[in-house]
Amino acid sequence: MSDGTRKPKLNPDKRVSMREAIAECVKPGADLYIEGFTHLICFAAGHEIIRQGIGNLTASRLTPDLVYDQLIEAGLVKKLVFSWAGNPGVGSLHALRRRSQSDSATKLELEEYSHYGMVARLLAGAANLPFYPLRNFKGTHIPEVNSRIQSVTCPYTGEVLATVPPLHPDVAIMHCQRADREGNAQVWGLMGTQKEAAFSAKKVILVAEEIVDTSIIRADPNRTLVPGIVVDFVVHEPWGCHPSYAQGYYDRDNAFYVKWEEISRDPKTYQDYLSEFVHGVKDRQEYLKKMDQGILHKLKARPRKCEGVDYGY
Amino acid sequence: MDTKALAIKPSERMAVRASQELKDREVVFVGIGLPNLACNLARATHAPQLFMIYESGTIGTVPARLPVSIGDPTLVTDSLAIVSQADIFQGYLQGGLIEVGFLGGAQVDRYGNINTTTIGDYANPKVRLPGSGGACEIATHSQRVLIMMRLSPKTFVEKVDFVTSPGQRMESKRPSPALGKTRKDFGLPGGGPVKAITDLCVLEMLDGEFTVTEIYAGVTREQIQAACGWKLRFASELRDVLEPTPHAIELLRNKIDPDCMYL
Repeated sequence: MSDGTRKPKLNPDKRVSMREAIAECVKPGADLYIEGFTHLICFAAGHEIIRQGIGNLTASRLTPDLVYDQLIEAGLVKKLVFSWAGNPGVGSLHALRRRSQSDSATKLELEEYSHYGMVARLLAGAANLPFYPLRNFKGTHIPEVNSRIQSVTCPYTGEVLATVPPLHPDVAIMHCQRADREGNAQVWGLMGTQKEAAFSAKKVILVAEEIVDTSIIRADPNRTLVPGIVVDFVVHEPWGCHPSYAQGYYDRDNAFYVKWEEISRDPKTYQDYLSEFVHGVKDRQEYLKKMDQGILHKLKARPRKCEGVDYGY
Repeated sequence: MDTKALAIKPSERMAVRASQELKDREVVFVGIGLPNLACNLARATHAPQLFMIYESGTIGTVPARLPVSIGDPTLVTDSLAIVSQADIFQGYLQGGLIEVGFLGGAQVDRYGNINTTTIGDYANPKVRLPGSGGACEIATHSQRVLIMMRLSPKTFVEKVDFVTSPGQRMESKRPSPALGKTRKDFGLPGGGPVKAITDLCVLEMLDGEFTVTEIYAGVTREQIQAACGWKLRFASELRDVLEPTPHAIELLRNKIDPDCMYL
């Protein structure tokens, strides 16, 4: 990437299992980026990393969410790069909290930005630029605790702008509603930083709720958010985001996020959860079988179709 | 639910009072929790065309149920547009389109500087808080910012432990040590915090400092001062905050937050 070129990935069939994709792309000490802003967070990938025990990770995300908190509790994260660390709408991330306060013996290295700061890092990464300017952080203490936030003087106006360096994860994992075998990914609903992450990462694992024929993708090209040429592996993993969600497929399991506050507060119940639902299953299919089928039925999305558009000319 | 039977809660007072700050057709950046209740109450009453934007990228949002997270799927359905987070922060916030932003936090000072990062020393904190999220840019770019927080000496403090989101006056060493002290000196584009809606009173930013301008019925000046960590200024003419109407309370309890997630 340093010479400004990147090898396009044109293999027509990139399908592998989640186990193979993680083993191939996520190495000990890797810079990891699991995408998804509330929507399309691939828990199936996080759980597989825990099962394979791949450690010493630098884990970057805007919102570490439960998925990174679980990696932290499993002892696999060395450094966390983030902008908002909480259980959205509910409370704290307890593994992170336990490892970031003054009485912690196993303290995590933290590098923090604001959301815009993290997004700007990905924009620089995706555009292959050495930094990204933003009108932010002035008057705050954030740059005082993060020396990677610097400044630049605008050559046109003289305005001093904050800058952040690019983010180039070794591997980005993104989840989409549907993709073809080459990894052309179509997403609707919240888009988070999917596109920027896919373009900034050295390797991309694309996880899809459905694998469809390329003709389905070609019929609606405006919906393709990430093109296959930046995707290394394609994993078919229905319900791969639970307790996060996939618009049009299943709802966010808000009750689980609320219950998590209780499960994660006590290290014992937290570890019990990981033993049962992560280590205690071999893959996502087994995880789903373990779940209360009534809950899955309740979460299944009710249809809300939109009419297509006319691409004729 | 018989809404008359229960006393009005502090959270309900805050949501109702904050909703009155919003005008119809204003563009508001909505946060989860009490701000979301205030915005949706405004939309259900005096501001049916309130233009709601959520940080997750939903534009012209019309949630059919209470969103439990900033990225709830109910925010997507029927909205006018869904945009990437790059667009939200660059185009909508930095682009100057946000008229009203909402913020809260663990600590706020008289200038409206907010801390959502750490209590105690940053490197060895007593309490690790979530961090900025979008708060820093909301405080930087919104044309005006409303703060919703309960008044307590632990939260309304003489000096915040960490400035996550800039208020009206700040000190800073980096990125440039030559920078001054007011928003103008720092070159901050938005108007910053203008009001703090608390459970005991409303504070307004007057002459660059939060000043008590409105008091809820039955609350004394002494109670308010005892619940604040700095020596408060009181406006010469204090107004009473009107009690919420039964209709507003009914909407909050039965329609907007029926399971009392945030009330």
